[in-house]
Amino acid sequence: MAASMTREPVLDRSLGWFSVGLGMAELLAPKAMGRMIGVGEQSTVLRMCGVREIVSGVGLLSGRAPATFAMSRVVGDVMDLALLGASLRSPDSNPSRVAATATAVAGVTALDLYASKVELQSSMAEAQQDVPVHASLMINSPPDQVYAFWRKLENLPRFMSHLESVAEVAQQRSEWTARLPGGVQLRWQSEIVEDQPGRLMSWRTVAGSEINHVGSVRFEPGPGGQGTQVKVEIYYGMPGGPAAAKAAQLVAMAPESLVTEDLRRLKQLIETGEIATTQGQPAGKRSMIGRMFGKEES
Amino acid sequence: MRAVCWQGVHKVGIEEVPDARVINPRDAVIKVRKAAICGSDLHLYDGYVPGMMRGDILGHEFMGEVVETGSGVPNLSRGDRVVVPFPISCGNCFFCEQEMYSLCENSNPNARLAEKFWGHSPCGIFGYSHLLGGYAGGQAEYVRVPFADVGPMKVPDAMSDEQALFLGDILPTGYMAAENCNIREGDTVAVWGCGPVGLFAIMSAKLLGASRVIAIDRFPERLSLAHRAGAEILNYEEMDTLETLREWTGGRGPDACIDAVGMEAHMHGVQHAYDKVKQALRLETERPGVVREAIQACRNGGTVSVPGVYGGLADKIPLGAVVNKALTIKSGQTHVQRYMKPLMARIENGEIDPTMIITHRIGIDDVPDAYQMFRDKEDDCIKVVVNMAS
Ligand SMILES: NC(=O)c1ccc[n+]([C@@H]2O[C@H](COP(=O)([O-])OP(=O)(O)OC[C@H]3O[C@@H](n4cnc5c(N)ncnc54)[C@H](O)[C@@H]3O)[C@@H](O)[C@H]2O)c1
Ligand SMILES: [Zn+2]
Ligand SMILES: [Zn+2]
Repeated sequence: MAASMTREPVLDRSLGWFSVGLGMAELLAPKAMGRMIGVGEQSTVLRMCGVREIVSGVGLLSGRAPATFAMSRVVGDVMDLALLGASLRSPDSNPSRVAATATAVAGVTALDLYASKVELQSSMAEAQQDVPVHASLMINSPPDQVYAFWRKLENLPRFMSHLESVAEVAQQRSEWTARLPGGVQLRWQSEIVEDQPGRLMSWRTVAGSEINHVGSVRFEPGPGGQGTQVKVEIYYGMPGGPAAAKAAQLVAMAPESLVTEDLRRLKQLIETGEIATTQGQPAGKRSMIGRMFGKEES
Repeated sequence: MRAVCWQGVHKVGIEEVPDARVINPRDAVIKVRKAAICGSDLHLYDGYVPGMMRGDILGHEFMGEVVETGSGVPNLSRGDRVVVPFPISCGNCFFCEQEMYSLCENSNPNARLAEKFWGHSPCGIFGYSHLLGGYAGGQAEYVRVPFADVGPMKVPDAMSDEQALFLGDILPTGYMAAENCNIREGDTVAVWGCGPVGLFAIMSAKLLGASRVIAIDRFPERLSLAHRAGAEILNYEEMDTLETLREWTGGRGPDACIDAVGMEAHMHGVQHAYDKVKQALRLETERPGVVREAIQACRNGGTVSVPGVYGGLADKIPLGAVVNKALTIKSGQTHVQRYMKPLMARIENGEIDPTMIITHRIGIDDVPDAYQMFRDKEDDCIKVVVNMAS
């Protein structure tokens, strides 16, 4: 934590003052504030938000445990966004102003996230180099079948959403290409370390890869011999040099939830033969915010 | 095609949207003949279900004619008349294999969102928010039906559209609510709410052998249908619900209590003000007056069955009564697929006439007004059926 205090005090402090200011406005003039941001006269709610803002603002300014207080801002922002969402549906709100405020709050959220991430990263740097990822899911199919599906490496891009291709380049060795949001491409080579049919596979990346990790996937029989519990464990090593930024982007994407979503798609493919989706289905006219969020949907 | 779209709180409109089409191999496209407005749609209309987006196509109660099938739907062909269950279920997962279809693990593409709210995700549902998948609904000229090889059931020629329609939702829902009560000879069952779900719960409780059914509501037309279905009626605006139930059961309380009302219960006085304020401030998502009453009224060791829909958090639930009276609580979105066949048989042999609850038959253009009418129970409205073919 000490590192973060010396590294980003300016950011913390400006966020702090922003919080206190916003909080005072919400607390003292909730009606005017409500009209200004277009949510109507929801005074009580705005007062509550105000108190929350001031608490986190004072915390940030006092410089105590900034990671916690910055995180409370993130939570608060999400709460604000949710409220704005709620008021979008309330009849006395002014949609265009709410939308403008939502954009402003979303900007602040991004800033908050940045502040808390910088802090998290510096505390990570002090603690450990590896970023561990664990995910596990039950699949209603016997272990040898789930293993066989996974072992056919060309199946992997069917359920790993960011994977573009996997190709076996030599025995036990494969070449992987992934694409991250924003079009960033990542390449690595990986070699199989252990391969026990029907039970487990483990691998590690080879020197010269743009991202370093070791990983394993286990296929354990479910309770009472029902189905398979698939367990994935990956450790990402944080590289130095030019690859660092790319690796950081991957880590910032919350790899744990990415892997969980991948496992979900694997489960759907194996159990039902297809992946549930609503992409390509009709809808009526979306709102501006809806069009923004719509892109994210599966 | 034309479709009924959610446009905001209390705003429903007919919009021209792209045609529904097959996306996955196990999809079918149905040309909707009849659709209904469900009490659950009112929770969307009133804005109490999170995760709705402007432009979402509504409707989860519908039947129609198959017009297109994917390569994975060998059981259906063009022209088949089918009724479609509202839960979207794969038929392959752990839960589907145990006939707990509404808990299907593979049909909600937004399961991660639902997990944030509830810990785990239920199945996807047509036209019922992005938390439950964001699937386009069936209040439209055409609708895409995923996993069409396991969901839709063919309707025999002798059965009318209207007779089959409610097999997709409210008839199984009322039936499961009663089945969850574990009814034995001599049992008294109290049912809160005489909407479509409550009415079918009353009929089902009778069919399952309840000696007495007590129906609670305040609208005379609904209470009189409940009476026709064989219930004793309790108008809670004229009599105090808890006191009357106690008196009518000799102090013991009903053996089972069914909450067929859900998150928007109508309440009086302080309780009403308390929940209304908390709900408006989003400090709780429900107005749980009926579950509170049902728990309080239920006899020791009895069962509280909750088909009424709740979405989030509720305050002041008398948990002490649940524990100290050794109550069983059962709930869930209905496992519709489990009940469609046996209930179709009961319709065919005349044990149940689902059409008796229909009060309004309209065309698609009248749907927006009908939402408001059904919500406010105007014009003695009990159930609205939309004729999509007209
Ligand atoms: N579990 C499921 O799968 C499922 C399926 C369909 C519907 N539902 C739910 O069932 C509920 C009822 O649906 P519906 O179509 O019958 O709706 P409805 O709106 O027609 O009926 C609700 C009835 O409850 C009555 N009511 C309100 N407050 C009451 C109170 N305090 N005491 C007694 N009665 C009261 C109303 O007067 C009304 O008649 C809804 O919550 C709906 O979402 C659940
Ligand atoms: Zn329904
Ligand atoms: Zn399933």
